[in-house]
Formats: sequence, C-alpha cells, structure tokens
Amino acid sequence: MTTPLLRLTAINKSFGPIDVLHDISLEVNRGEVLCLLGDNGAGKSTLIKILSGVHKPTSGTMEMDGRSVAFDSPRDASDHGIATVHQFGGTFPLMSIGRSFFVGAELTRRWGPLTIYDRKRANEIAVTEMRQLGITRIDDGDRLVGGLSGGERQALAIARAVHFGASVLILDEPTAALGVKEAAHVLRIVLQARRKGIAVIFITHNVVHALTVGDHFAVLIRGAKAADFRKGEKSREAITDLMAGGEQMAELEAEIESFSATDDGHAPHGASHA
Amino acid sequence: MTSQAHHQPAAAATAPPAPHSSMPSIGSLVRRPEVGSLIGMVAVLVFFSVFGGANFMSAGGAASWLNVASELGIIALPIGLLMIAGHLDLSVGSMVPASSMTIAILSGHYGLPIVVGILAALGLGLAVGFINGVLVIRTKVPSFVVTLATLFALAGLTLGLSVILSGSTSVALKSGPTAKLLFGDYLGGKFEVTLFWWIAAVLIVGFILNFSRFGNWILAMGGDAVSARNAGIPTDRVTIALFMSSSLCASFVGMSQAILYNSAQVAAGQSFIFNSIIAVVIGGVLLTGGYGSVVGIVLGTLTFAIVNQGIFYTGFDANWASLIIGVLLLAAVLMNNTFRTMALTYAPRTKPRAR
Repeated sequence: MTTPLLRLTAINKSFGPIDVLHDISLEVNRGEVLCLLGDNGAGKSTLIKILSGVHKPTSGTMEMDGRSVAFDSPRDASDHGIATVHQFGGTFPLMSIGRSFFVGAELTRRWGPLTIYDRKRANEIAVTEMRQLGITRIDDGDRLVGGLSGGERQALAIARAVHFGASVLILDEPTAALGVKEAAHVLRIVLQARRKGIAVIFITHNVVHALTVGDHFAVLIRGAKAADFRKGEKSREAITDLMAGGEQMAELEAEIESFSATDDGHAPHGASHA
Repeated sequence: MTSQAHHQPAAAATAPPAPHSSMPSIGSLVRRPEVGSLIGMVAVLVFFSVFGGANFMSAGGAASWLNVASELGIIALPIGLLMIAGHLDLSVGSMVPASSMTIAILSGHYGLPIVVGILAALGLGLAVGFINGVLVIRTKVPSFVVTLATLFALAGLTLGLSVILSGSTSVALKSGPTAKLLFGDYLGGKFEVTLFWWIAAVLIVGFILNFSRFGNWILAMGGDAVSARNAGIPTDRVTIALFMSSSLCASFVGMSQAILYNSAQVAAGQSFIFNSIIAVVIGGVLLTGGYGSVVGIVLGTLTFAIVNQGIFYTGFDANWASLIIGVLLLAAVLMNNTFRTMALTYAPRTKPRAR
C-alpha cells in the first residue's frame, strides 16, 4: 500500500469560462473499491472522462504506479489498463456476444492461406468469462447482446475488461437502471473484480450500493471534493445529507410537513387512494 | 456482505465450463434474421411463377432476372457493407455512367487499348470513393449529403467532359474478344458473364463480413462509432475503404455495361441509387447501421430483380411493378423488424431461468 495504483493531484478542468472540476485529488489502490458519489451535475462524468482519456485536465497531474501519465485518447487510457464500463454496458446491441466481446481485439486462426475470425473460440471464451461472473443463463455466444438484461450486459462489459487485463475498472452508474436483484448481482461482480486485485472506481448516487461495496468514498459537490473518507467513518444519513447538500433535504422535509398539516396528511389536489 | 464475499470464489471456481452445442435448433433457425428476406423472395418467386407461366420459369426467363440481379448485386453488396457501417452512398448513380463514358471515350473515341480504358474506369472509381470517404470523415457531414453532392458533381462532370472530349453524350465502343468474354458476353446466348462476377463478389464480401476482423469492425462501427473507435478500430481507414469499394463496384458495372452494349450513355445508371438501397433494405440490413448479412443482401437483390423483370411475364401492365416494389419494401422492412426482435429475445435452450 505504499504507492497507490492511480493518483490524481489537484486536477482542474474548465470548458471555456466554466469551471467543472476544481482541485480534485484522489488515490485509488489495488483491490479497493473507490466510490465516487455526487448528485447530477456534480462533475462525476467529467472526472470519468478525464480518467478514461476522453478529456484532458486543464491542470493537475495523474500518476499510475508513481509514474506521471497523460492520456491522448480513450485508446491510450485503455492501453494503460484503464477500462470504462458505461451505464448500459454493451453498446453493440445487434452484435453477437462473442463478436462484441472481442471488438477491436478479434481472435483469429489460420484457415488455409487465410487468417480468419475464430468464432468458436471467441464464443467459448466470452461465455466462460461471463459464467465466471455468475451469469449462467448464457450458453450461446452467437446470441445478440441486445437480448441480454441490463445486469447481464454490465457483466459482459466487466468480464471483457477483466479478460483484457484492466487494472483500473471504472463503472459509471452500473446499477442505476437495474432492478433490485440485478443490482445486487452487479455489486457481487464488483466485489469479485476487487478480489482479483483490480482497482474499481464505482460511480453512483445510490448511497446504499456505495456502502455495500465501497472501501473508500469521495463525495463531489459542484465540481469540488466535499469529503473523502474510508469505510465506517460516516453513517448513511450523513453521506446522503452531504450529497444532497443537507439544507435542501431539510427544506423538502419542512415542505412535506406543511402539506401534512394543511391537507390532513394528504398531498394537495388529493390523488385518489386505492 | 463480507460473508457473501467469502463464499463467492468457490462458486466461481466450480462454475462449469460453458457447454458448447453446435446443433442449430429449429428455434434458432427461425430466429436468424434473414428468414424474413427468404420468405419475401420465395413469395415473389411463387407469385410470378403462377402468374408468369412457363416463360418465366424457362432459362430465358430466369436469365432476364438473374442478369438484372447480377448487375444490381455487384453494387448492392458494397452498399450493404456501407449501410451496416452506418453510411449511404448515392454517388453510385453517377459512378456507373462516369465509368462507362471513361472507357468509351478512351478506348472507343480515342482508340486506346481496351486495357487502358478498363484500368482508367476502375481507377476513377477508386478515386471517387476515396474522395467520398475523405469528405465524410473530414467534414463529419452525413454521408447521405456528401454523396448526394458527389452524385450531382460527378454527373455534371461526366456530361461536361463527354461533350467537350467527344462532342456527344453517347459514345460507341468496340472491344476485343478477350474483354468481351471477360466482361460483356452472354453465356448460352442468355446469361451475362457479370453473373460470375457477382458470385465472386458474394464470396469475397461474405468472407469479409463473416470471417475477417474487418467484418467485425464494420459491424461495430455501425453499432456505435464512438465505442468502436475507443476499442481501437481504425474507423477512418475502414470508412474510406468501404466508400472506395462501393465506387469501385459501381465503376466495374459501368465498365462492363459499356463493353456489353458496345456503347456508353451519359444518362444511364441513376436507377442504381435507389435500387441498390431497396435491395439491401429488403435483405434485412438496418438502414441505421450495425446489422445485416450477405445472405440477406443476396436475397433482397434477387427479390428486387424477380419483381422488376417478372412483371413482363405476367398479363399485368408493367407500370404496376413499382407499386409492387413499394409495397414489398414496406412489408419486408416490417417483417425484418419482427425477425430481428425475435433474434433479440433470449430463451436458453436447456433450462428456463434457474437463478
């Protein structure tokens, strides 16, 4: 635990006159889950885009394993072992599972004088890797990605990142669009990735999900890091308050109470109760 | 949660290896999205066999639609690849006559060797495709607009230069026996040799799409160009290569038409613009990209050609052919959508959801 795998120091990002990120410093260690919490518009996406090579920071430094790095492109970032999985996982709904698993890194074999795509082996590996992550329903790599559920697509994307040796796995709201069971499965997969020694950056605004898997938490508010703490140092209520900016929640509660007082416990323009 | 975390590795370690069955079930065959195009083709074939009588089913009848299919098919294949990658190419409509006029003016009007004319026509195709590709990736303007522009520019250029160079919009071409045999002859007096070129093109494009890395790149680009680029696919190079192949194929058809008919006209070829798109879409290629198959494109091409020529064998007025094609196009697209949706529903073969 001497050098963190990924260290951000005083990252600033502005788009023209608009400051989006202000003085962000973070450390991510191997085999740890860093939860990045924050409301919509807090700058989470911009931070991910910097980490995954889409944007370059206006100022500040990034280090991997103690060596300074700068990513020219998403490809460059993934060559450094940083894999990003977006909310909807697989982005090629009409490609087969095997084909999309190996996009850009197709498996080939010799066939006479020709080098051809090795469909059978690609399908086998893709299906096996997904089974490793507990997706046992999938037995045919020829099926289209679009036929998978949201959680299964996340698993496919994570399995892909793990297979190609990602050392940092960025998960952008992986549970946001999922039902309770599917979300639990994805959380379990996050823990599995952590156990493999992967540094996971888990972006969410669901505090419960974050507390379930997180070792280390950072809260962003309006582009600045509002808090940085380790597991067990803050309660759920404290974190929720922090994310929403406590006063707003208090205001909302006060408003609800005033409804209850004036409308006899019902919302105004009474919705019918079944 | 920690307890759960502890028993998980055991589960992962004992996870059985993926079962691999290579036996396609009937369900998986029905779920192949080309089924829609196959049904469409069989339907029109049966329809015209019934109403077209014996003549339609004779060798001459088959030749009439196979000849149309082969010329259209050579262009529809690369257009299909482009469409799978998320692009359109309208400029083939001008590329065909531009190529015909190039070979006719060089080898007919100026009397240069036929090889020079052939190479110049194909070279022009590669050049136009390269320009299309570069314009699309540099300007980021949709390829529909870019190739619409080159369609008109190339048509104007062909007309203008033809009049200046040859003083006419129609030029005669006399080609030698070898060129005739290779590109512009009838086998058995009926079947154009382009049929064999079409078969060759089907094999090549089929190989590219299904068995090469390039094919996977095409599918991925059409699915999501940004993700494809992030995955390391050289999307710019693929785009240029695809535009060059569609222009090359269009110039091949133009060149062989000039040799076949012994002359070239400035105005021929505009019908290829929409006919190629119709053939590809009937064949189940998604207009927005990301999905399609070579089998489907071939079936779509045959369907189009059967309707286009079959009408002459029936008692109906030939003017109805376009109506049939319009209705067929809509029906085919709806049917393809249905089969694509079926392909997306995933029911495991062995046991229903055990988890």
